[in-house]
Amino acid sequence: MPSFLFDQFINGLTQGSVYALLALGFTMIFGTLRMVTFAHGEVYMMGAYMGFEIIRLLYPSFLLALLAALVATAMLGIVVELLAFHFLRNAPHATSLLVTIGISILLVNLAQKIWGPETQSIPFGRIDQLGNFEIEIAGVYITFLQIAVLGVTVLLMLVLYFVINRTKLGMVIRAMAQDYEAASAMGVNVNVIYMAAFAIGSMLGGVAGVLVGVYYNMFYPTMGGIYGLKAFSASVVGGLTSLPGAVVAGLLIGLVETFSVEFGASNFRHVFSFVFMILILLLRPGGLFGGKEMAHTRGD
Amino acid sequence: MLKLTDVNTFYGPIQALKNVSLTVNPKEIVSLLGGNACGKSTTMKTILGLVRPKHGRVEFFGRRIDRLPSSDIVRAGIAPVLEARRLFPFLTVHENLLMGAYTRNDTEGIRTDVERMYALFPVVKERNRQLASTLSGGEQQMVAMARALMARPKLLIMDEPSMGLSPLYVDKVFEIIQMINREEGVAVLLVEQNANMALSIACRGYVLQTGEIVLHDTAENLKNNPLMQKAYLGVA
Ligand SMILES: Nc1ncnc2c1ncn2[C@@H]1O[C@H](COP(=O)(O)OP(=O)(O)O)[C@@H](O)[C@H]1O
Ligand SMILES: [Mg+2]
Repeated sequence: MPSFLFDQFINGLTQGSVYALLALGFTMIFGTLRMVTFAHGEVYMMGAYMGFEIIRLLYPSFLLALLAALVATAMLGIVVELLAFHFLRNAPHATSLLVTIGISILLVNLAQKIWGPETQSIPFGRIDQLGNFEIEIAGVYITFLQIAVLGVTVLLMLVLYFVINRTKLGMVIRAMAQDYEAASAMGVNVNVIYMAAFAIGSMLGGVAGVLVGVYYNMFYPTMGGIYGLKAFSASVVGGLTSLPGAVVAGLLIGLVETFSVEFGASNFRHVFSFVFMILILLLRPGGLFGGKEMAHTRGD
Repeated sequence: MLKLTDVNTFYGPIQALKNVSLTVNPKEIVSLLGGNACGKSTTMKTILGLVRPKHGRVEFFGRRIDRLPSSDIVRAGIAPVLEARRLFPFLTVHENLLMGAYTRNDTEGIRTDVERMYALFPVVKERNRQLASTLSGGEQQMVAMARALMARPKLLIMDEPSMGLSPLYVDKVFEIIQMINREEGVAVLLVEQNANMALSIACRGYVLQTGEIVLHDTAENLKNNPLMQKAYLGVA
């Protein structure tokens, strides 16, 4: 592979891994509740600002920023679940959807109030303090930030894989995704599991926010909009309930987008990625891994 | 141990149960009979807290349970074998058993109970690593019973466990119900359309018709009741 292609390949993977994280979060939530949330992008945005404040004001540490975002977005996720789903369990689905849209608007406005509508950045000195080195592979330089983004996403995916397939909570989440009535007949407190799934999904979104925010060093209140859409679409392309599908779709979309820029379509990269997704859905209407119901592997 | 008093359950405006009263005593097998859509499954779901009665009460060992969440009802000692088995299709057989033990925290006890189930149901052991959806109907019914027993229930409520099974498995299912009842002292509320079979192992029976209990008697008397023979037992 010529080195400029490899370079773009790394860029695409970095971008795609963030989409994958977002799509994983979305899939966790949809797979368990069978409900769509339109506030996922704004949870991501809030995670990003959390990282922004930690690094800017407190201490230039990626780890600390991620931990803070994890805690904050887990709590935010639980609040969204309570407001939009828990208290509306017997209401029509559309009501919950509308509430998530309302929450997303509210969060954007809240961010505008706190941080202003303009784009904020962390001073570059601080960003450099996070880690400032490159490694060379086959003539291509991979930056610390790229390594961090890729490393964190891979690590989180492994953790999620472990939780879903090797823990009691994961087994119950899978069981609920498959038959929630049977799960409650087994004595599962479904409200608690819904909340846990929502918290986990939101944490994945929040981490993605920190990664993207720091990677591009741009923080603005509407930054969640396009990412929320991408997460939703990647999740659909992956099969909506398939965690591996979300990862594969997210990575593919990141790669398609990056290469469309490389081949001169930089203003149309979002168009490209959506055309690509529509093509996949035309070929495979159920998505890449449709119908797998969060049951990719067994655990015991 | 289980006592329903004047239970009325609705689905929206539709009344599915009208003043249903029934009791199950410790160590008894009681069958609840009736044709299609007469409210048998609704009775089960009401006991389990999956639907709520509008009026009336459900008591278990003297304690009112009709407003408790299902998780507490299962913890109190009631485990279901649901209609059409309702295994978790993409969990393994082994995981399905663990789901049955969801309310328990005694890891060691759960492990020995899994072994006990493997001994009781050899087919469950053979298939323990397979996804539940890959099993035949009869095999799935064995898993469903094992899953319910994993909760160590005092009362097992079973919704048409023989439905859709081959005659061989129907016999097996009823044999196992008797054995569970005899050897473990588990009381059983058996919902069935197969009245002949159900009455052959039950102590008492109730007959539901469009949401109302129309008959209640010992199994012997029900078998000899002319109305029963005509409507449910297929005797000319
Ligand atoms: N979820 C539901 N929503 C509305 N009506 C229902 C629902 N479940 C059952 N019913 C109605 O309640 C009645 C009793 O159903 P059910 O308890 O399933 O009967 P059975 O188990 O004896 O066949 C039927 O008329 C059925 O159509
Ligand atoms: Mg029924």
